[in-house]
Parts: sequence; structure tokens; C-alpha cells
Amino acid sequence: MVEERFDAIVVGAGPAGNAAAYTMAKEGLKVLQLERGEYPGSKNVQGAILYADALEKLIANFREDAPLERHVIEQRLWMLDDRSYTGMHYRSDDFNEEKPNRYTIIRAQFDKWFSQKVREAGATVICETTVKDLIRNTKGRVIGVQTDREEGTVMADVVVLAEGVNGLVGQRAGLREELKPDTVALAVKEMHFLPSDVIEARFNLKGDEGVVIEAMGTVTSGMTGTAFLYTNQESISVGIGCLVCDFKESGEAPYALLEKFKAHPAIRPLLEGSEVKEYAAHLIPEGGYDAIPELYGDGWVIVGDAGQFVNAAHREGSNLAMTTGRIAGETIVRLKRTRQDFTAAELSLYAKRLEESFVLKDLKKYRRLPGFLHGNKERLFGLYPQLLSKAAQTWLRVDGTDKRAKEKEIWAAFRQSRGLKGLLGDAYRLARAWR
Amino acid sequence: MHIVVCIKQVPDSAQIRVHPVTNTIMRQGVPTIINPYDLFALEEALRLCDRLGGEVTVLTMGPPMAEDSLRKALTFGAERGVLLTDRFFAGSDTLATSYALSCAIKKIGEAWGPVSVVFAGKQTIDGDTAQVGPGIATRLQLNQLTYVAKINEIDEEAGTVEVERRAEGGVQVLSTRLPVLVTMLEGCNEMRRGSLTHALRAASADITVWNAEAAGVPDVGSCGLRGSPTVVKRVFAPTPRAEKAEEIGRAGMSHEELAEAAIDELFARHPTIEADLRDFAATSQEEWR
Ligand SMILES: Cc1cc2nc3c(=O)[nH]c(=O)nc-3n(C[C@H](O)[C@H](O)[C@H](O)COP(=O)(O)OP(=O)(O)OC[C@H]3O[C@@H](n4cnc5c(N)ncnc54)[C@H](O)[C@@H]3O)c2cc1C
Repeated sequence: MVEERFDAIVVGAGPAGNAAAYTMAKEGLKVLQLERGEYPGSKNVQGAILYADALEKLIANFREDAPLERHVIEQRLWMLDDRSYTGMHYRSDDFNEEKPNRYTIIRAQFDKWFSQKVREAGATVICETTVKDLIRNTKGRVIGVQTDREEGTVMADVVVLAEGVNGLVGQRAGLREELKPDTVALAVKEMHFLPSDVIEARFNLKGDEGVVIEAMGTVTSGMTGTAFLYTNQESISVGIGCLVCDFKESGEAPYALLEKFKAHPAIRPLLEGSEVKEYAAHLIPEGGYDAIPELYGDGWVIVGDAGQFVNAAHREGSNLAMTTGRIAGETIVRLKRTRQDFTAAELSLYAKRLEESFVLKDLKKYRRLPGFLHGNKERLFGLYPQLLSKAAQTWLRVDGTDKRAKEKEIWAAFRQSRGLKGLLGDAYRLARAWR
Repeated sequence: MHIVVCIKQVPDSAQIRVHPVTNTIMRQGVPTIINPYDLFALEEALRLCDRLGGEVTVLTMGPPMAEDSLRKALTFGAERGVLLTDRFFAGSDTLATSYALSCAIKKIGEAWGPVSVVFAGKQTIDGDTAQVGPGIATRLQLNQLTYVAKINEIDEEAGTVEVERRAEGGVQVLSTRLPVLVTMLEGCNEMRRGSLTHALRAASADITVWNAEAAGVPDVGSCGLRGSPTVVKRVFAPTPRAEKAEEIGRAGMSHEELAEAAIDELFARHPTIEADLRDFAATSQEEWR
């Protein structure tokens, strides 16, 4: 056992763990952070969009030295069928503001930078060290962790589990259940190298401006999932993900799906001439509010993906991770100052503050969405994108048919394939899930 | 026993890419590692200390960020790290590098006790010269043992060392007197994991940072670019060859069938291989007996 004792041990050095460790170390707590990867970020996969607000609340001047790729000035939402997309684009010069709201980043570099800040704040960060299990006293209170190194136990007043979506430590310690295949998506992603001037010409950008595309439709072959394409400074991130249970049921291979997406007539020209730099796969928790495990207990709290804090509808994850990490850190600092014992009752303050924040408010709002998406997957990721595309095409083709006849044709297509009751039912369920 | 291990921080060559347009090496964002050959030297040094007692000082010359590699070395159990960094050292070739390092090793001996063994890796993956180790030995007038596969014995009292050295066509068993410079061959050991105590100590350890003056370098004119007669005339990326891949086997074949198909194809294209392999199998069978 290690003799040195810590105020807090943080398991994992992703955005959630870094936010927690940074918050506590900055306030003078003695913090040990353990990360299994070779360096922070070496294991982490994300699209990746960084939401400035959550980071600003930790490091107000992060824009000065954080490795940011491009600030997002245009968002595209696409519904795909096999040959077309129906889309909504929003682009505004307002996003060219002094302190932009969203950035694209490359996680490996960003996490390294964030970790440097954590070290500068005074935390001890140790990589290539996997936490195997939690140590408890006879009363069941968590008092430390067991790592995979020799002399590998170390003690602390409180343990912050920021271990990401798999949550193996929490599982092994019996704090949470195993992941269920219908609450977690598997995403695959590639980085495509392209010179920045080519990217800027292709996406109509100048300087550090960036575009992000979110897409859904027949490309997932009726599985619950979405695809994305984000512009970085000198590369493009492209990826796709679906619920694990849908992959299992369909037998489709994730990389085959990505190939299909890349070959789509709307995507292929955007990637033309690029060189693939890396390929990665990662899980995303998508079970929403109802999948959130117990968040705290005697001597421990859970933050970030490990707590299932992802708002899949808005593709927000890292900001929820940073926010939950920060709030857990602030709670622990407060309890430490008042010489509390980190019992479950005291740590419940963390959950209470989450209830008041956007994190749990948003997840509650979309509580029914995961069930709706999964329950209607054939229609949402097959039929409707096709109908939409057909409607648009019928409407736009000028072929001597009068407009009223076109309207009728479009309407008939919808009614034939889904029926009036079905359409109304779907609209109602969508509205309810979105509320 | 006091041992000095010289290491170098290098870009992870597995992750270096050549810019497809400008044909230059893209260093940005390439992670750095300890030169893999140096790890064999470090592990061997740590083993000697485990066996005979003593401590390991790790030495590197490089930019300030090379401190990471020293910290990493401390996680394995080295006692201290010394970083030589100064703008005078920038642009050093192997001659200037071995000069600066040998000055520092002298200084290390004065500060923390006489040095019995200096270890270096066989060569670096970004320079491939294998000159720095021998250069240090020459300058410090140490006996030198290069390409060492195994250290049989060190007797500190008697001041002797016996090693096995890989040479063309066999193994030489050599013995000489301490102090000595050893360059270790790859594959002779496996780096340990390092305990949590070591990892914790490494995270907060103070790294000794020396500039030319602190390292006791008498002549900065022999350092860096000025002290480096080597001239790099041109750097270029070899042009990639385009060769068509062929598919062997059919979909639905089992792993065994695929392996058979691959072997058949290989034998068919290189008719002598099969016979050679049979000969080889026969002779090695005999030797075995
Ligand atoms: C393809 C993809 C695209 C995404 N796009 C976006 C996006 O655009 N915007 C966004 O906000 N979010 C996005 N997300 C989600 C976002 O990546 C996550 O929500 C976020 O990374 C969660 O942070 P975290 O710190 O909780 O977990 P992670 O980032 O997963 O970090 C967990 C860390 O813990 C370490 N660890 C795990 N177990 C142990 C152990 N036992 N011992 C020691 N260390 C351990 C891991 O190595 C890892 O470094 C995306 C995710 C994916 C997969």
C-alpha cells in the first residue's frame, strides 16, 4: 500500500475526471487522478464538438492556449435516403463572435491540454494505471482504490468515478448494473486528412470557421442511429453510430455502415482526395434519464459518461461530463471545508445541484425520447426519410403536372405507407417524447 | 553502485506521417516516447541495482519537454533525472552530443558519487547512428562494451565486469575493468511495470535541470550546431510503390482452408521455398538429436 493519503482520488482523465480534479485541486485539496491510458486522451474518442460554456465555467480564458480546431458557424441537419438528402442548414455571422460558443476539437490533443491544467492546479496525475476495484471499510464505506500496479492500493476521503461509459469499476464494486445493449450506442469514426485550404474551399469557410453536419436516415438501414461529419483545421472527422442491440439484431458491421455513409452521394465529394489518418470505435451512453445509475454513496460519487450523462438528441456529452465533474468537485470542496465525512447523506448535495442544473433538466425533458426512437426505428430511419425525399423531388420537378395533383400525390404516398392514424400517432408520440 | 543511463526522447516513429502535399515530415501532434532501445539499457541498470544495491541516475539532453521522458524513467524506479537543456545544445550532431553528455556525466559523478557503469541504448530510432555511446566512452576514457546481450557478472570490489556480446557469427564473452560504458542490445530484457509508489514519486519529483554552465561544459563552441561537423544535405520521402493486391481464397472458406490456399500460392510462385524448408527442417531435426 502507498503511504501517502489523499483528500480525493479521481478515476479517469476524460472531461469529467479532469473537471472534477481541476476544481478540487484549484481549491487546495490533495488530489490523485489515475488514468489507464498512456496519456490523457489516448483512449478517448469524440466527434468532436466542444461546448465553450461548460469549459468557461472552469477555465475562463481557455481560448488563449487550448488546442481548438475551428469555431462552428454553420450547422447542417440532414435526412438521408440512399441517393439524396433533405436538409436544414443554419449559418450565421453572429457565430463569428469574439468568444465563439462551439468549437471542433481533436480529443487526444484537447485532453492532454486539459490534463496539463489539472497538473498546474496541483493535482497528482498518474497514467498507465488502471483502477481495478474500490476498497471499503467494514461498514461498506469506500476508503480507497486498488490499482494494477505493485504496492497498488491508495486511500482517500472520497473517490470520484469518472471512468467513462463502461463503468467497470462501479460495476465490479456493485454500485451499478451492467450496461444494457438498448441503452448504449456503438460509434465508429475516422479522421480524414485534407489541407486546410481544400477544406475551406469545399465548405465555403475562411480562417478558423467550421461546419458540422448531423445526419440520419436510411444509411443506418432501419437501426436507431445517427452519423456526423465535422471539419477540423486540417482534417475531417466522420462517423456513425447505432444502438448496440440494433447491431446485434441486424448483424450489420459498424465499419460497413461507415463505408456506406462515406460512399453516400452527399458525403463522398466532401471527403474526396483525403487520406485516412485513424480509425476508432467507442460506446456512447444513450439510455437517457431512466438509465442513470445511483450517483453517490458513502465515500463515492459518479460523474460523466459513467453516470450516463449524455443528451443524445443534441449530441451533448462532454459538456455534461465537465459540468457533472465540476459540480461534484465543488460539492466535495464544500464538504471538506466544513469537515464533513462524505457520507451518502452529505454527498446527496451533488445530486440536488444536478437536479437544479441543465444536466438533469434536459435529460428529464427527453426522458421518453430513447424509447420513442428505438420503438419506431424502421419508420424513423427508413420510411420517413424516403417519403420526405420523394415529396421534395415530386415538388421540385417541373414536368407539366399541376401543383394540386402533386400535392395529392405526396399526401397519398404518406397515407399509403403509414395510414392517417399511424401518421397522427407518430406525430403525437414525437411531440410527447420531445416535451 | 552508481549507474548513469543516457536516454533520448524521440517522436513515436510509428505515428509520423509525411504531408501528402508538401512531402515534409509532420511533427505536430506526434507523441514522443523514450527511444525504445534505451529502455533495455534502463531495465538492465535497474536489475543490477536490484541485485547489487545502488542507484540509477537518468540523463537526457533535449528541449525542456524532454523532462517528460525523465519523469517516465522515474516511474520505473530510477533515483533521479538530469535534463541538459540550453540553446547552446540546439542542433547537436553525435559528436557534440557525446561531448555535452560526457561533461554532464563527470558532473553527475561529482554530485552523487562515482559512476561505475554508463548505459546507453544501441542506437536511436530517429538517428540510427549508434555513435553517441562509444563517443561518451572515448571522451571519458571508459572501457566500452557495445551490443551487449547479457551482463554475466559485475564485481564492484574487484572492479571487473563480464558480458556476452552479440557479434557476427556468434557470441563473444568479454570481461574488462570498471568503470565501463555499455550499450545494450534490444530484446535482452523486458521493461518492468514500476510500482504505484514509484509512479507517485515520479509525478512530484524534482528533475535536475542543467544548462551548459551548470553541467560544467568548458567549451560551448564544441556544443550544438557550432560543434557539429555533420551536414544533412537533403531529406526526402521514398516514393511509394504501387502494387496491386491480389485476393487469395474465396468467401466462405474456413481459416484452415484460407491458410492452405495462401501456402499453396506462395509455394507455387517461389518454387524453391518448399524444398529449402524441407532441407532446413531435416537438418535442424538432426542437430536437435
Ligand atoms: C463518436 C463519438 C462522438 C461524440 N461526439 C461528441 C460531441 O461532438 N460533443 C460532445 O460533447 N460529446 C460527444 N461525445 C460524447 C463524449 O465523448 C463523452 O460524453 C465524454 O467523453 C465523456 O467524458 P468522460 O470523462 O465521462 O468519459 P471519457 O471521455 O470516456 O473518459 C474516461 C476516462 O477514464 C479512463 N478509465 C476508464 N476506466 C478506468 C480505470 N479503471 N482506471 C483508470 N482509468 C480509467 C479512460 O481511459 C478514459 O480516459 C461523442 C462520443 C463518441 C463516441
